[in-house]
Amino acid sequence: MSELTLTVMRLGFLAVLWLFVIVAVQVIRSDLFGTRVTQRGARREAARPQQAARQQAAPPQQRQQTGGGRQRRNAPTKLVVSEGTLTGTTVALQGQTITLGRAHDSTIVLDDDYASSRHARIYPDRDGQWIVEDLGSTNGTYLDRSRLTTPTPIPLGAPIRIGKTVIELRK
Amino acid sequence: MSSTTNTPTHHTSTIGAIGAPSRRNTELALLLFAVVIPVFAYANVGLAIDDKVPAGLLGYGLGLGLLAGVGHLAVRKFAPYADPLLLPLATLLNGLGLVAIWRLDQSKLLQSIGVAGGKATNQLIYTALGIALFVIALIFLKDHRVLQRYTYISMAGALVLLLLPLVPGLGADLTYGAKIWIKVGSFTIQPGEFAKIVLAIFFAGYLMVKRDALALASRRFMGLYLPRGRDLGPIIVVWMISILILVFETDLGTSLLFFGMFVIMLYVATERTSWIVFGLLMSAAGAVGVASFEPHVQTRVQAWLNPMHEYVLSRTPGVTGVHSDQLQQALWAFGSGGTLGTGWGQGHSELIRFAANSDFILATFGEELGLAGLMAILLIYGLIVERGVRTALAARDPFGKLLAVGLSGAFALQVFVVAGGVMGLIPLTGMTMPFLAYGGSSVIANWALIGILIRISDTARRPAPAPAGNPDAEMTQVVRPS
Repeated sequence: MSELTLTVMRLGFLAVLWLFVIVAVQVIRSDLFGTRVTQRGARREAARPQQAARQQAAPPQQRQQTGGGRQRRNAPTKLVVSEGTLTGTTVALQGQTITLGRAHDSTIVLDDDYASSRHARIYPDRDGQWIVEDLGSTNGTYLDRSRLTTPTPIPLGAPIRIGKTVIELRK
Repeated sequence: MSSTTNTPTHHTSTIGAIGAPSRRNTELALLLFAVVIPVFAYANVGLAIDDKVPAGLLGYGLGLGLLAGVGHLAVRKFAPYADPLLLPLATLLNGLGLVAIWRLDQSKLLQSIGVAGGKATNQLIYTALGIALFVIALIFLKDHRVLQRYTYISMAGALVLLLLPLVPGLGADLTYGAKIWIKVGSFTIQPGEFAKIVLAIFFAGYLMVKRDALALASRRFMGLYLPRGRDLGPIIVVWMISILILVFETDLGTSLLFFGMFVIMLYVATERTSWIVFGLLMSAAGAVGVASFEPHVQTRVQAWLNPMHEYVLSRTPGVTGVHSDQLQQALWAFGSGGTLGTGWGQGHSELIRFAANSDFILATFGEELGLAGLMAILLIYGLIVERGVRTALAARDPFGKLLAVGLSGAFALQVFVVAGGVMGLIPLTGMTMPFLAYGGSSVIANWALIGILIRISDTARRPAPAPAGNPDAEMTQVVRPS
């Protein structure tokens, strides 16, 4: 083999090896997945409340267009935590069951001393009406002021209280 | 958006799922690339050594391609949402390792001392076994959380695996190195490679339960959270075991690997920097303490500090004792490789002689591919670790998180310990470069490790199941108050 061919092969191999590394890194770049968490600082948001509200509203609306074929007109589109350590967290309602509790696999993991590990769940019934059900929690789940004993439909904007956490459904 | 006005907005975050595409076709394309590169290298070795394309090119390429294909189909069938990079990266490293081993097989010098000759075929068989274990792991491990049930069985299993080399009659007594092999029939097995995985399962299961106590109960001192005395128990026990490994098996690598893996997982589980400080102090104290009286460790440290001196002693007639010129030869190999290397098949890394195709295989890469090639290879290792850590970030259950971090941490530590040893950064140890080096246990165990990581990443990236009709909602009579 001539010296030239071997040199070309040697450099060519290094080039191909690096090309592989670069392609792999490109795959990582395009490989975004997981949970989209949009965090916003306190002061900035206080200064621009309208803008923040618009940004906060944007993702659920986008998603509703794709998944909300059988949603009724007055149906809630998101669940908002309005009091407690998770204040401000929103979850888009897409027909999936939302579990609340201290267990790690809950949809909303409550960091609340008064919550049970599997405290309550919120799910749509056949008509698309959202129902809240207490899962035998120690300290109970309250809708407005009354403690839940049976699965109960949730009116829009009614506060659901679990320990120190309050959540509500919003349009 | 009419009712958000009363929301106290001191911190606001929106949780929404981004559906990950399955990326299996990306994986297939990368996998083809990862098979073509070693085939290219194989042809290059043949052209450089014998002036012709090697006869086994087709068989070798098809063999590697077939194994990669089986792995890919298994992932497609049993873990469709898994990470698209882990399998191609591991395949590429394994393929390059096969080429380097085959290249050293061609050396007359290594053949004459029985280190080389037909080893590439053996390695291909080990790779097939490794892929088989990988597929078995994917088929039978439907959910990695099952492993959580075996937390304490894993602890016992890992201890047995670690102690096996010390059992008289079972431990292979290799005069040169550490006592980390066992002999079964005509095979030697390195149980430490498997213990790595089993121990990660134990640490993950244990720390998941105990992490709150280890994280919360602490005093603050000079900016560090100091744990309570009684919470130091576990880290001290693991430290003692790793010291015992160091004393009785005289292997710094295994010892460092297990203690390091525990410290990494402890840090991830508790988010306390103080554990890392403690871990570093304890491992430094342990290593220095043992090195002060253990002769085998002392030899290794001497060879590390003065490789040239060892080289001269090994060439001087009349000098007794074990003196090895391996490290100096490896350093020369790296040096003669330079930036761009000598090219496949044109180096002289066979001068390392013993363990040239296992512990010291990195020197062959350093000489023939140069700094540029070696950096690419280390980067590929880095990418595997990155994908492991990314899997841990994406995993939703704490056990899966800890297991993924533990496995990728162990992988990273092993690469560091071996590469650092061969390059003279730390004293040399008896471990092997994952996937590259010749050795059945290492290849098989690391394929199993990749299998478990792929399983965790599949669970982590799988989109939430489509909203199904709620069975309870069907049966429950809802009483509407209004």
